[in-house]
Amino acid sequence: MDEQLTFTYSVPGDDFTRAGEASSEIKNRLKMLGVDSQAIRKTAIAMYEGEINMVIHANGGTIAVTISDKEISMILTDKGPGIADIDKAMQEGYSTAPEEVRSLGFGAGMGLPNMKKYSDKFHIESKVGAGTTVAMKVYL
Amino acid sequence: MNLQTVLDLPDCMVLTGGNSQREISKVFCCDLLSIAMSKAPADGVWVTVMGNRNTLAVASLTDIACIILAEGAVLDENTLAQAEKEEIAVLSTELPIFDIALKVYEAGKP
Repeated sequence: MDEQLTFTYSVPGDDFTRAGEASSEIKNRLKMLGVDSQAIRKTAIAMYEGEINMVIHANGGTIAVTISDKEISMILTDKGPGIADIDKAMQEGYSTAPEEVRSLGFGAGMGLPNMKKYSDKFHIESKVGAGTTVAMKVYL
Repeated sequence: MNLQTVLDLPDCMVLTGGNSQREISKVFCCDLLSIAMSKAPADGVWVTVMGNRNTLAVASLTDIACIILAEGAVLDENTLAQAEKEEIAVLSTELPIFDIALKVYEAGKP
């Protein structure tokens, strides 16, 4: 793989049933490219958690994934409400997800911690009222 | 143990068959999808009462071989069709999570 491949996805804001479509597609692409299965799993988990977060908290957003021979880079951008206290949001178990989301099996406060845990490089920036951007990398 | 052994369990109804020759790694129980997402073992059998579209998404992303819906939980038709396409087996049982997980475990003992 000499060239970089970039894929951009739009995550719908209100449709929980479609959350995961982008991660699933990236997973299949990485498989076809013959990427190491551990790296695929890490990418899929980190990206899926990001997708779910966008659906729960931000009314959707966009994900740009770039694949090179060295790394998989994901940039997740939303124009949601932003995160007031990022340190708190990064703690396992801290969640502001509404009850209906919890009844679907989410909202355990594992989203951002999982994203950090499964990516090799993790950076989050957020501004209340403006939105959140998460940049993650998985090295190959 | 391959998936066929699980498909043959008497207390389960097979909703989609998956790849019956797939080798099973272990049995895993969890209802919180966020935890399942990070802990579900590749090629595992996942027992849960959580029957919604996201259950399949998590199973697919973590390379689960088989979902067993305990306590009579179900998945809708579209989700089952997708499971079929992705060759993920989906079984349903009236048994509680522990009971069916134990049966899978015992079926897999040498």
